[in-house]
Amino acid sequence: MSEQDLIVINGNEFSFEPGETILEVARRHSIDIPTLCHLQGAVPTGACRICVVEVQGARTLVAACATPAGRNMIVQTESAKVIQARRMVLQLLLSSGNHNCAVCGSGGGNWTEYQLKVLQAEDSDELCPVWGDCRLQELAFRYQVTGEKFEAAVTPYPMETANPFIVRDFSRCIQCGRCVQACNEIQVNQAIHFGYRGTATKIIAAGDQPYINSDCVFCGECVQVCPVGALVEKEARYRVRPWQNKKVRTTCSYCGVGCQLYLHVKDNRVVKVTGVEDVPPAYGSLCVKGRFGFDFIHSPERLKTPLIKENGEFREATWDEALDRVAGKFEAIKAQNGADSIGVLTSARITNEENYVAQKFTRAVLQTNNIDHCARL
Amino acid sequence: MTNTIGDIEKADVILITGSNTTENHPVLSSFVKRAVKSKGAKLIVVDPRRIKIARYAHKWLRPNLGTDVAWINGLMHVIIEEGLYAEEYVASRTVGFDELKKTVAKYTPEEVEQITGIPAQEIIDAARLYAAAAKGSILYCMGITQHTTGTDNVKSLANLAMLCGNLGIEGGGVNPLRGQNNVQGACDMGGLPDVYSGYQRVMDPEARKRMAAAWNVAELPDKPGLKVTQMMPAAHDGKLKALYIIGENPLVSDPDLNHAEKSIGNLDFLVVQDIFLTETAKLADVVLPSACFAEKEGTFANTERRVQRVRQAVDPPGQAWADWKIISAIASRMGYPMTYESSRQIMEEISRLTPSYAGISYDRIEYEGLHWPCPNAEHPGTPILHKEQFTIGKGVFHGIDYLAPAEKADEEYPLYLTTGRLLYQYHTGTMTMKTGGLNAIAPECFVEISPRDARQYDLADGVRVRIASRRGSIQARIRVSDKAVSGTVFIPFHYAQAAANRLTNAALDPISGIPEYKVCAVKLSKAA
Repeated sequence: MSEQDLIVINGNEFSFEPGETILEVARRHSIDIPTLCHLQGAVPTGACRICVVEVQGARTLVAACATPAGRNMIVQTESAKVIQARRMVLQLLLSSGNHNCAVCGSGGGNWTEYQLKVLQAEDSDELCPVWGDCRLQELAFRYQVTGEKFEAAVTPYPMETANPFIVRDFSRCIQCGRCVQACNEIQVNQAIHFGYRGTATKIIAAGDQPYINSDCVFCGECVQVCPVGALVEKEARYRVRPWQNKKVRTTCSYCGVGCQLYLHVKDNRVVKVTGVEDVPPAYGSLCVKGRFGFDFIHSPERLKTPLIKENGEFREATWDEALDRVAGKFEAIKAQNGADSIGVLTSARITNEENYVAQKFTRAVLQTNNIDHCARL
Repeated sequence: MTNTIGDIEKADVILITGSNTTENHPVLSSFVKRAVKSKGAKLIVVDPRRIKIARYAHKWLRPNLGTDVAWINGLMHVIIEEGLYAEEYVASRTVGFDELKKTVAKYTPEEVEQITGIPAQEIIDAARLYAAAAKGSILYCMGITQHTTGTDNVKSLANLAMLCGNLGIEGGGVNPLRGQNNVQGACDMGGLPDVYSGYQRVMDPEARKRMAAAWNVAELPDKPGLKVTQMMPAAHDGKLKALYIIGENPLVSDPDLNHAEKSIGNLDFLVVQDIFLTETAKLADVVLPSACFAEKEGTFANTERRVQRVRQAVDPPGQAWADWKIISAIASRMGYPMTYESSRQIMEEISRLTPSYAGISYDRIEYEGLHWPCPNAEHPGTPILHKEQFTIGKGVFHGIDYLAPAEKADEEYPLYLTTGRLLYQYHTGTMTMKTGGLNAIAPECFVEISPRDARQYDLADGVRVRIASRRGSIQARIRVSDKAVSGTVFIPFHYAQAAANRLTNAALDPISGIPEYKVCAVKLSKAA
């Protein structure tokens, strides 16, 4: 390794690949540079300025997400100047809208008054729906700032609830642009964009229409990447608090792509689904069915007991009774008409293990190869 | 898929045919769209409907329904004629080139235009575009396979890929997109009439002996069983007496439903094991309640052959059991004790008896899945197939001629019907129709028709019509759409109340046994 390939971050030397950003080098070495707008897989915009770092000899602080690592560059990621800048960015973001989560007491202002003011302006009587699961709140805590330094801006745009899946609360939007990038660069649905100018800036769909009237296909990638409470799943909003859930990682049960997902479980019920980032095949992306189509799990129409038909009507039965009936009938039909008079349709919906057991049962127990499934249908 | 999903972004040109990718594989479609928008890949879409992915395409070719062999031969004709094929690859890795060359010689662009309706120049341009790429990926789905010539269609795509040296390379491949979460796994595990797990043939005496010994039985049946599309006629004729259906709903998904209903009705004994009382379960003698994916442990194999974990998040409702537990209990009661205690234990048996899964264990796939073939515990899995050589040694070209679909439009049934899925519903809707939001967006069946056909038949958007084929009829609302091309209508098959499969033709591909869902002749009239 030649000396030219080295960058110094917080006093330690690291090698880097040509084109790698300061942020990428730092992350590779577990140096935590905070980010807000940065989105894996999208072109860095440097919009939020949270990731600023101090580079020796540079005129100003630079955005680590958008600045390529340079040879012999000397970088400080948490210098006094950097922290001061981040605090300022956070104070501005916190006062840009309805962010009633700031760390109590840390700014010395009147917390109660601030909370009351925020509650008046909102359509809800609770704290932010993502309280405890918000990147902005997390950073406000880390850098001990509140939104009291500047007067809070009032958002002129009303909340959008006109679709079945996603609530868009513009009062909590910090215009980091992650949703726009997710929609255009990750899912490439090209449904949402930055609209208007200056203080009137708003994330818009189809010339400022509700999602439901736009090209939006409700993949929910925008919700997944939203670092604040501006985009939230409608069903989970205010019904689920992040600390009340356990997350179980599994594989989606719809199409054959096999997206990895987290089932968020509260009281033995799946209440929300999110994509698992950083793992193939989908790296966190999901579609409308995978993300929102899980109500069937707890549908009251689920079958709960074995059923046996008698005189054309179903009646509930015990497992013992049902299994005996099935085993007895199969044996009788096999004895009378031969094994090949029985067929099994296994399923493209059940697990490998279950399909294996189904074919073993068909071949070893029923003694026929009459087994197939709906791959053809 | 011969290649991985991630590989799509490495292609220079992507050819999509018979796949409504954005609706049926939405997340996979984003890989295609990213390749086009950010990585400079060229996209060719060949589809009878102007589907959404066509918006991103550099070329959209619109073939008449069921003419795939003809246009694929047309592309190869141009590629060979203009010397654009991968000569060295063809010479070193394939056999049968001369046969192919002879067959496709007849398929001049002009001839192909006559059959497919694709202008000759478009055939030439698409051929040049595909052949010029260093790495060309082909993606296809049921629009290719659900024809009486489905096997021919797939072989033709393989011909095209081999001709340009696109099999066995990163960013290339012939990639079928699997429509169900574990259709790959159901095949891998021997849920087919002629093979055990890992595609070990039941006709092979060695394989049979090995499995019989492992399963502790004296012998195993040696002749291949019935395919699903043969079971229904066998039931109809009284040869099949009992059917055990697990997690399927053939009374919405089978072709020519009126016939399928009669067949099922003819059985002496029907057992249905499912999570809901489906249309099919209602006809059962015994219904067994099973656990859904969120209520059990196991694995699924995705479309890129990646075996991934399924984990239990919640308890099954009431007394429902995991499917493996139910099947094992029936086996035990029939005098064959199946005493598995967990899905992990079953996977251990699978690895022991299935060479392509031999290296797969729960411990190894805890964080990230593995692609089979994975022959031993140290093997990293096989993301790309056919890299050094084909499974059978050399790749074989097949000279294949075009055959017309089983049914033609005529004076009485003047329109063609093709069927498929929608983004917001899934298969027979047993799962998606439980989510209010999905139903709000896609509430009911419709007939998608082109503006010109709508004018010709004097049908306004939203009007109720009766659609009839030679086999049955349904009613649905008209949806006038630019997606449809004149002469062809489309109906989603999700909706039991207006099941498109009352209309479809059960004519089968002679090899795969797949029905021709994608082509039949229909007529429209205003509903009374």
